[in-house]
Amino acid sequence: MSETVKTKAPKEPLFSKKNRKLVIDPLEDNNPVTVQVLGICSALAITVQVEQALVMTGSVLFVLALGNVVISLMRNLIPSRIRIIVQLVVVASLVIIVNEVLKAFLPDMAEKLSVFVGLIITNCIIMGRFEAFAMAQKPWPSFLDGIGNTLGYGIVLVLVSIVRELFGSGTLMGFPILGDKVEGTGLFATDWYANNNLMILPPMALITVGIIIWVQRSRNKALIEDH
Amino acid sequence: MAINKESNGYTIGFAIVLVVVVGTILAAVSMGLKPIQQKNAAKKKRMDILGAIKIESTRQNVDEVFKKHIVDGYIIDSKGKKIEGLKLEDAEKLDIQKQFRNSGIAPADRQYPLFIAEKEGQKLFIIPMVGKGLWGPIWGYIAVKENMIDIQAAKFDHKTETPGLGAEIKVYKAFQQQFEDNKKICDDNGEFVKITVTKGAGASGNAHAVDGITGGTITSKGVEEMMERTLKVYVSHFQAK
Repeated sequence: MSETVKTKAPKEPLFSKKNRKLVIDPLEDNNPVTVQVLGICSALAITVQVEQALVMTGSVLFVLALGNVVISLMRNLIPSRIRIIVQLVVVASLVIIVNEVLKAFLPDMAEKLSVFVGLIITNCIIMGRFEAFAMAQKPWPSFLDGIGNTLGYGIVLVLVSIVRELFGSGTLMGFPILGDKVEGTGLFATDWYANNNLMILPPMALITVGIIIWVQRSRNKALIEDH
Repeated sequence: MAINKESNGYTIGFAIVLVVVVGTILAAVSMGLKPIQQKNAAKKKRMDILGAIKIESTRQNVDEVFKKHIVDGYIIDSKGKKIEGLKLEDAEKLDIQKQFRNSGIAPADRQYPLFIAEKEGQKLFIIPMVGKGLWGPIWGYIAVKENMIDIQAAKFDHKTETPGLGAEIKVYKAFQQQFEDNKKICDDNGEFVKITVTKGAGASGNAHAVDGITGGTITSKGVEEMMERTLKVYVSHFQAK
């Protein structure tokens, strides 16, 4: 043990300015999807309906927050050569545990989630945060970082899914909004808009994410790179 | 003493410890939760069977409702002959999904359970089906009326079809409702006719065709194949009756 460890700085309050920034930053300025362009794959796959986007956000919240804490606790033990594999093992195990617990205690929920639980493993945000943050930080900031990044991810997911569900299926959370005028369904029954099937297909998710990035960058010039 | 974290020995040792710890945790979780999951799955199956004849049930009351409506059940072989000595419990336990996916079991050796239900004084046959979708298994139930020709209702489910596309076979009510609109498994002579799942077929009033799911062509084809392969066996059973 070296001497420097004992002379610790005064304890940081749980919600210091720095820690608050960990949660707030990823929501806008450092958004994992629109700025870091991570997790695009799942943004394409599960933004057809708002409900799925919300459920996915909840599941990622659990895996990322807990995984960040686990990695952070082990950070001084992990050999650097196999650190990626270790991170992968942690994500995969957490996802399997989530899946098993859901199947046992919330079978209806598990059914609704079906493939999405497994899809969490492929979410680059999780590995990205493990590698970039939790490997070098204490558990509490890592936990907050996990929450912040999931929320940032979730906001984009929900925005995209609102656009896609509304214009693709004419519903929101399954509730008919742009209904059929002939059948008299929906909140605003119109005859000038027919559901656009292209919205349901993955390319429109990419285009919608692109539009969100465009809007965000034109509002916040600091995000534009100089080259 | 400081441990050299970059040495081969440490790296291998860490990997072994990690894998053993994670393996133990996962095995414990899986084994501990298995009985609860199996109970859930059995209840879900009963709910599905009841759902096929449009009887809603919840996880709480499903066992009671099942006993009330499902009066009998047995198993037939691939030629449509009833296998003697097997009862409702056996039909319920039979895992057709497993048989279907097990390449060691020849199609001729597959078994087919049949449930007989009573609803509002009407006798109904409930036929379970399994098949392949785009990404994974799909399955469903078709309820046939007492005359063994008319379909009363159908219900489909899937494991991993794409939400919004193939998964609509389960979610999109209108798809399943098509089967309630005067569809038949046989022609007037009692011969089997397959039900096609294709675009624009539903509106034609054809008793042997339904509309497919837009953007879910492969899943729709899977539903069609599943119905053809399974219903053929049951029709031969009904003919023998």
